[in-house]
Amino acid sequence: MTPVEIKAVILDILEGIAPDEDLSDLKDDVPLREQLELDSMDFLDIVMELRKRYRVQIPEDDYVQLATMNSTVNYLSPMMKDLEKA
Amino acid sequence: MPKDFLQGARERYDTIVIGSGLAGLTAANTLARSGQSVLLLEQHYKLGGMATWFKRPGGHIFDISLHGFPVGMVKSCRRYWSEEIAASIVQLKNIRFDNPMFSLTTTFNREDFTRLLIEQFQVPADNVRAFFDAARGMNFFDDQATTVGQLFERYFPGREDVIRLLMEPITYANGSTLEDPAISYGIVFSNFMSKGVFTFQGGTDRLIKLMHEELIKSGVDVRIKCDVQKILVRDGRVAGVEVNGRQIEARAVVSNANLKATIFHLVGADHFDRKFREDAEAVRLNNSSCQVYMALKPGAELDESLGDLLFSSTAPLFRTEALLSRDVTSRTYSFYYPRTRPGSDRSLVVSSTNARYSDWAGLSSEDYEASKRDLVETTLDALARYVPEIREKLDHAEASTPLTFRHYTKHMEGASFGTKFEGLAVSRAIPEQVGGLFHAGSVGIIMSGWLGAMNYGVIVANDVDSWLLKSAPMTPPVASVS
Repeated sequence: MTPVEIKAVILDILEGIAPDEDLSDLKDDVPLREQLELDSMDFLDIVMELRKRYRVQIPEDDYVQLATMNSTVNYLSPMMKDLEKA
Repeated sequence: MPKDFLQGARERYDTIVIGSGLAGLTAANTLARSGQSVLLLEQHYKLGGMATWFKRPGGHIFDISLHGFPVGMVKSCRRYWSEEIAASIVQLKNIRFDNPMFSLTTTFNREDFTRLLIEQFQVPADNVRAFFDAARGMNFFDDQATTVGQLFERYFPGREDVIRLLMEPITYANGSTLEDPAISYGIVFSNFMSKGVFTFQGGTDRLIKLMHEELIKSGVDVRIKCDVQKILVRDGRVAGVEVNGRQIEARAVVSNANLKATIFHLVGADHFDRKFREDAEAVRLNNSSCQVYMALKPGAELDESLGDLLFSSTAPLFRTEALLSRDVTSRTYSFYYPRTRPGSDRSLVVSSTNARYSDWAGLSSEDYEASKRDLVETTLDALARYVPEIREKLDHAEASTPLTFRHYTKHMEGASFGTKFEGLAVSRAIPEQVGGLFHAGSVGIIMSGWLGAMNYGVIVANDVDSWLLKSAPMTPPVASVS
């Protein structure tokens, strides 16, 4: 998967988690928490969804990497580059 | 021959969940939805754990722990259960306080509490804002040295009335005291303050029925009257359970039983290292409860101005010790109007008081029965202050004690709010001691209550799923060298 495809996956997951939020003006370099009403359970859901869809494992210590869209895509890129988009 | 409640059960599952409290139910559902084979074992004849109810002749249905939860339940139910369950959650708008220091009605959210604190309690607006922001900003990793009492002293020095307003409901929600870490208070209080207090329309029986249906859809093998005797451990890893005289294998086990019962009774102390055992020994159980259940005659009504929840007390000051005393001065009433179960014509009242197991455990059966009768009578007298005609309208009344809670949930000392704060770290550390063994249940105050327990079930399900993926046998298996 390319970084663009990974971003699309994250957006798709976020849409399921925050169905009432408008994700179209999401800024890639601003923390997601400042733009969306997300709590720690929401971040856990992102982690669970990535494992379910792509068997990607994110250890608890690395949850901080999911702060912004950019940091998330950067963090996931090495793990997901050889995967096909589901 | 007795009925075999395990008839048709498989030899082996990915995960076995012991106990069907809200944490166990939610962990089981989450794991099954992520593709695992899951066996859920409940010792009682119905699911739900403390999220339970009972029926009495004449069509009365009493809820045990449906008193009010934060709005976060809507999201958790939608995500981990179903849209239908989430859609049945409705707000309880009239929360009342009545004690020698103040009487008021509130929607129990930040906006209304801010108004009350400034206008009625005359607290400077800056202090109110700073307090709410501090509580909201608290999280799990913060300093644990500050107590709830110190937090209040910082923002509302010398204001016993303010402390009572802020603390009494939370003490009833999760047994916490002024001596507990401030963060456990801040997290729970802020959850409530975000939108107020909510309940489940249709009652606990409907919630658990819907959850049961959802579990079946997710593919969970659900078994009642299956009392696990032992969690089996081999070479430092969980191997399965012994239940109703049968051994069933599993790669992971989630115990939703009481934390200490899990460690010392189901697994056995010798499977844990010394430091862990000491930490586990030191975990304090939370207190238990007494309740009095009162059903009105069919069609008899309660005036809705009574409110949904009433924190009532005749004690001049708020003191944690007084709340636990058998000399009851404080009661929380949950008023259930017919709208609780749409279509019903029943009104019910459940009075709850916090209580100590030791005060009830040592009584002779005669004294115990007499004490229960006394509890019912004194509660009816106390309620008459708000519902003067209660005795004329009453159809059925009975009491439960810490012994009742122990009997039905098997919680040590009938603990109705799990453990104190330190229980959370012990619960989280279990998998480091025994591979594949996890605990999810009311611990550490934060993970208590309906929302806390449910979310903890999800957090632990995530750990289990991660562990199973990591420990999956490599395919094809390497031939063993012998």
